[in-house]
Amino acid sequence: MTTPVAIINARIIDPVNGRETRGGVLCANRKIVAIGQVQVPSGAKRIDAKGTIVAPGFVDVGVFSADPHACAAGGITRVALMPDQSPVLDDPALVARATAARKPDLWVHPLAAATRGLEGLELAEIGLMKAAGAVGVATGRRWIASSGVMSRLFAYANAFDLPIIVHAEDGGLADGAAATAGETATRLGIPSAPSVAEALAVARDLMLAEQAGAHVHFRQLSTRASFDLIRQARKRGVRVSCGVSPAHLLLSDIAIGAFRTYARLSPPLRSEDDRLATIEAVRDGTVDLICSGHDPRGTDDKRLPYADAAPGMAGAETLLALSLTLVRDEVISLPRLVAMLSSTPASLLGLPAGQLKVGGDADLVVFDPDAPWRVDDDKMQGQAGNTPFDGLPVQGKVTATIKGGEIVSR
Amino acid sequence: MIEISPGPSSLSPGVHPFPHRHLLGINGLQPWEITYLLDEAEAWVTVNRGTAKHDGRLSGLTQINAFFENSTRTLLSFEIAGKRLGADVVNMAVASSSVKKGETLLDTALTLNAMRPDVIVIRHDASGAVALIAEKVDCPVLNAGDGRHEHPTQALLDALTIRRRKGRIEGLTVAICGDVLHSRVARSNILALTALGANVRVVAPPTLMPPAIEAMGVTPFLDMDRGIEGADVVMMLRLQRERMTGAYVPSSREYLAFYGLTRERLERAGKNALVMHPGPMNRGVEIESHVADDIHRSAITEQVEMGVAVRMACMDVLTRARRGVEGWA
Repeated sequence: MTTPVAIINARIIDPVNGRETRGGVLCANRKIVAIGQVQVPSGAKRIDAKGTIVAPGFVDVGVFSADPHACAAGGITRVALMPDQSPVLDDPALVARATAARKPDLWVHPLAAATRGLEGLELAEIGLMKAAGAVGVATGRRWIASSGVMSRLFAYANAFDLPIIVHAEDGGLADGAAATAGETATRLGIPSAPSVAEALAVARDLMLAEQAGAHVHFRQLSTRASFDLIRQARKRGVRVSCGVSPAHLLLSDIAIGAFRTYARLSPPLRSEDDRLATIEAVRDGTVDLICSGHDPRGTDDKRLPYADAAPGMAGAETLLALSLTLVRDEVISLPRLVAMLSSTPASLLGLPAGQLKVGGDADLVVFDPDAPWRVDDDKMQGQAGNTPFDGLPVQGKVTATIKGGEIVSR
Repeated sequence: MIEISPGPSSLSPGVHPFPHRHLLGINGLQPWEITYLLDEAEAWVTVNRGTAKHDGRLSGLTQINAFFENSTRTLLSFEIAGKRLGADVVNMAVASSSVKKGETLLDTALTLNAMRPDVIVIRHDASGAVALIAEKVDCPVLNAGDGRHEHPTQALLDALTIRRRKGRIEGLTVAICGDVLHSRVARSNILALTALGANVRVVAPPTLMPPAIEAMGVTPFLDMDRGIEGADVVMMLRLQRERMTGAYVPSSREYLAFYGLTRERLERAGKNALVMHPGPMNRGVEIESHVADDIHRSAITEQVEMGVAVRMACMDVLTRARRGVEGWA
């Protein structure tokens, strides 16, 4: 028996129905037991939301590190872990271990490596890994150069009813590149690849997924051409979904400044035109979900010459605050944002999460959408604080994260 | 007219005409600051042509030349410059290791700093590496070339050569030709020459033309014959031979045919067009020997000479505050 937790005086956002109501949520025995006008039992822990929001805990698709403190601070209750671990998640035992790793505060749902060692050559034991807990298949940070392997991957993974999560960057173009081709890369003399490297990979994988009837999910897209391809494919009925990260919504390649390695990301920060196209794709529904791409890197990985620095940023803690910009700018509504952070990623992975219903898992986030704070990489809760948003004043703060009826952050 | 100099009288008291701690690139320098360095270098040209080349102003100071990338000419030029100014010059040739070079780099910076040098000259094969080291050391740092990013002393010596041969830079048409994509010399020269009022063109095969290069204020040309038409200066860049195998250009024969500076092609440039090359040259690839060795047209050896003077000027100026020169504290 766990102590019941009652959240009162809240704006309740139900992303599945796109509805906002007022009241409270009562959790007991790891489940939601009442929503709306709740009777707070004696002895229950009480969270007075003071008119702020309660919503399903966020589900972050494609993190590189199951970083419990960062996730708790960011309202994230479940993560889909990329297979790029050490060792690579290409074995059922490793998947089983990753699944159990952070419970109960954070549930980790591993993505199985599509190929052994993520080498892009031989299919990994996808079926056995699914049995061990994998909720999807991913190509990792890299792309699979062989169209033959990719075609077989779509067919095979589809037979196990797993989504295939793809990193879309044509390696032939992007090999050795550390930035998107454009004025910034030219001025700084950074090896770069044209942004069409992304669309090329998207185009190929859409065709192969269509042929196999598989569900392809592009983890992070960032270019106008890619979103156009997604729109066209949707019209043809291809089972496709895609995510974006707040960094690609808010920053362009200018953020690289004078070799600022915290802004070295994969996919790289794009041109302003691509950034605007990314926002537009969120507005018109082309983009299904927002993910943090959480990839904390220590200074050893970042205090290097730009092209030698590892790509990636700590994103979990800033996911909500940065994404709320879309609501303030009236790109999308608050319920839709919550859906993009919770119910949509959960349904992509087939998880019983991301919804507010009596009897469901008590995974919740309480947040004040207006609370101001300043991103400070020295004060991040996670494994590392590398963020290109260091110093940025933001609005929107997670005030409590509840996983399985337990308060994991407040 | 561009503003060349605010003039000493317009500077606030205590403000010297080159308020930079390091020389990491041409980017960020004002036109008059570039001109100031050129004027200072001019004096060293005269000294270097005399018999008594030694000036003791850096006497007792330690200059470390840390070259993480192979170089003979630039290293020698900086070494001679330091020695002529009386510095204790130490050369550290560090072959860049293929992995973990970043860790080595910052560790090396801390090690260098612990030896209390007074000026450090750095060459590195990664863009931005020199700026990274500069953050970690207490003395002035001179960029002797970082990746594809910048090579500021090369741009200064090129500007000095042009100014001496042509009497000015403003209004001249300069064509920078060859492997612009991979060239730090091109970037620094574009910044310096456009700041000083030249009309700069870049000429390269499409595979070696950087994207959005026109944003740097230059006019790109894919056709060399058109690109050098009427130019006052034709600045050739070295084609790195490894580019031949990277599907950048098909062969040296084809490259020479379309982008090499031949005597016939040079006819299209201005009547007294100056030919420049940062060296070392690939004769018969980007430049024909007839052109390179034509003492009336080619300024290639003069560029080498100006290199020493420019480097002496830069080291003198950057160490003034450290040496307690009046007005430079």
